[in-house]
Amino acid sequence: MAVGAFADRGADLKLVSIEKRFPGFTAIENLNLTIPAGSFFALLGPSGCGKTTTLRLVAGLEEPTNGRILIGGADVTNQKSFQRPVNTVFQSYALFPHMTVLENVAFGLRRRKIGDPVAKAHEALLLVELDHLAHRKPQQLSGGQQQRVALARAIVNRPALLLLDEPLGALDLKLRRQMQLELKTIQEEVGLTFLHVTHDQEEAMTMADTIAVMNKGRIEQMGEPQQLYELPKTAFVANFLGQSNLFTGPVVGTTSTAIAVDVSGEKIVVPVRRAHRASGQVTIGVRPEKLTLHTQGPIHDAGRNVMGPGRVIDVSFSGVSTQYLVAVPGVKTLVVFAQNVAFGPAVHVGAQVWLSWNIDHGFGLDDDPAEAPRYEADLDTKTIARQRRSSLITELEGA
Amino acid sequence: MAFAAFSTTTTPSTDPVARRRSPVALFLLLPGILYLMLFFLTPLVSLLLTSFQAPREFGDIGQYDYAFRWQNYVEVVTTYWPHIVRSFSYALAATFFALLISYPLAYFIGVKARSWPLLQSLMLVLVIAPFFISFLLRTLAWKQLFSDESFVVQSLKALSLLGPEAHVTGTAFSVIFGLTYNFIPFMTLPLYTTLERLDVRYLEAGNDLYASPFQVFRKVTIPLSMPGIVAGTLLTFIPAAGDYINASRDFLGGTGTQMMGNVIEANFLVLQNYPTAAALSIILMTVILVIVSIYVKRSGTEELL
Repeated sequence: MAVGAFADRGADLKLVSIEKRFPGFTAIENLNLTIPAGSFFALLGPSGCGKTTTLRLVAGLEEPTNGRILIGGADVTNQKSFQRPVNTVFQSYALFPHMTVLENVAFGLRRRKIGDPVAKAHEALLLVELDHLAHRKPQQLSGGQQQRVALARAIVNRPALLLLDEPLGALDLKLRRQMQLELKTIQEEVGLTFLHVTHDQEEAMTMADTIAVMNKGRIEQMGEPQQLYELPKTAFVANFLGQSNLFTGPVVGTTSTAIAVDVSGEKIVVPVRRAHRASGQVTIGVRPEKLTLHTQGPIHDAGRNVMGPGRVIDVSFSGVSTQYLVAVPGVKTLVVFAQNVAFGPAVHVGAQVWLSWNIDHGFGLDDDPAEAPRYEADLDTKTIARQRRSSLITELEGA
Repeated sequence: MAFAAFSTTTTPSTDPVARRRSPVALFLLLPGILYLMLFFLTPLVSLLLTSFQAPREFGDIGQYDYAFRWQNYVEVVTTYWPHIVRSFSYALAATFFALLISYPLAYFIGVKARSWPLLQSLMLVLVIAPFFISFLLRTLAWKQLFSDESFVVQSLKALSLLGPEAHVTGTAFSVIFGLTYNFIPFMTLPLYTTLERLDVRYLEAGNDLYASPFQVFRKVTIPLSMPGIVAGTLLTFIPAAGDYINASRDFLGGTGTQMMGNVIEANFLVLQNYPTAAALSIILMTVILVIVSIYVKRSGTEELL
């Protein structure tokens, strides 16, 4: 993997028992990861989970305490950053302020003494539709344009592996969506391996082929976006990737196809193939959009789990769907997303409701329920305020 | 009514222009302008006039009349051209060595020592500390250290690194050394202020884009620290070119190391040859002005490359 030549296609990346310790804390512990060539891989996690450190280790900007890094089969652990066939799109873009956009893009080509750097830089700028601004200085561009220049500056080198460090973080939502699509298109066009680090779960899900959810220096779960969403393995994944209603209880019955869990007297059934554990104290869950609201106690159906009655404590309308918070006595507050197929909310605050879901939609986690949740989903202020209110209401009702 | 509405909308549009020309700004600038007129422009004009003065007929030494004796300049250049050349070469050499010493020092304090603020402030104090002692005393101390009987010179002679008849004081080396030593803080501080703000992410980006540490330094660090380099070199070069302490015979210089400052001093204070001193001053100022403006312009465009 000579630095002097273009990579004709993406290379695979292999991290072998990587460990990174900083004075006072361990950023990454025993990380093993293989990213196949040509894939769009997302490393997803909250801030401080070690994802950026992982990326910096791959880029060569940090040295691992232990472990090896292989790119395209070649060990690059002892190579310096400038010797690795890797380019990074930095979170801050880090465009050289003393150079024009064109010179920024041509920088890597010039260092590698690749012929005709200016023409190639123009080509890369055309790809990101910014060739008309080639002679401007980076600080004269908008955030979105700078982001595209940073991308052009990296891909123009045709690295075997392209690292993206939350490059869309500084952009507003609309521009971010647009850039996500562009990035994905470019990745498919040039066939490079992309390693994308982000804390935005939606971004990871729309763009990546494979997502690894990282928490506290470890990979919690890795897989295709859909698999991760539908069958999370840990409470952290269940809450970080979308929202989940989680219940904990002992397994009270097992058949060859399903397990039954006692949740405050209600028997909740989860298919065995969707449960990571089948005995003892387990945590099971269901996604809010899989729940159905009933205003009357539903007729018992073997194919559905039923919970209730509970009381609706909050209704919030968000266009496509409505979010209901339902307090079920003995169980914590449940979140329900209902599509707005009819006008207006189906029920109002204070209404008595039952909840049901297809037993095939439930999932069982691998976590030890005794273990305190390692991560609190970071909710928006509105949700927090709502939770405060609901806890206050239950407190008042109890008094 | 419509006209009234129209007129009220048009008047504010002319207002900003009027406000920009408001006499308040001029009034506030007045003390400054007066100060500059009195203490900068007047002496400058007086200096220029003096430089063209002619000796008074049958007058005493130091008596001159206003004239337009441009020959003063010709005489000054033909007599003192070695001093003029020497001044600028010494100043250039001192600036070069000061930059060579100060850049790594400023880089260490401003970039490498960022994670140890205590070390950073300690080193800054050490850079500034010499200012607490008069610069004349410090230069005299160097004269002692470089004197023929000093331990330094004796040891060098014992090691045959210096010939038995050689001196250190009074040589070009000691003058350039003194200039470099005295102006290092003026070089270090502006360099430090730019390097302290240097975003190391640019350096990482350079590394990521296949630039070796040396190339990163040349292509990223140097251009980004250009403001500090320009400020530091100017703060060193300009006063060094006019310096008369280091090159003085009482300090580190000798007869063969006299700079323009020494000649001006001698002409003005000893020989009372005011027109020559004035003409030399004007030449010194003009040459510095030309060099500096070319330099600033060049460094500004280099930054763009």
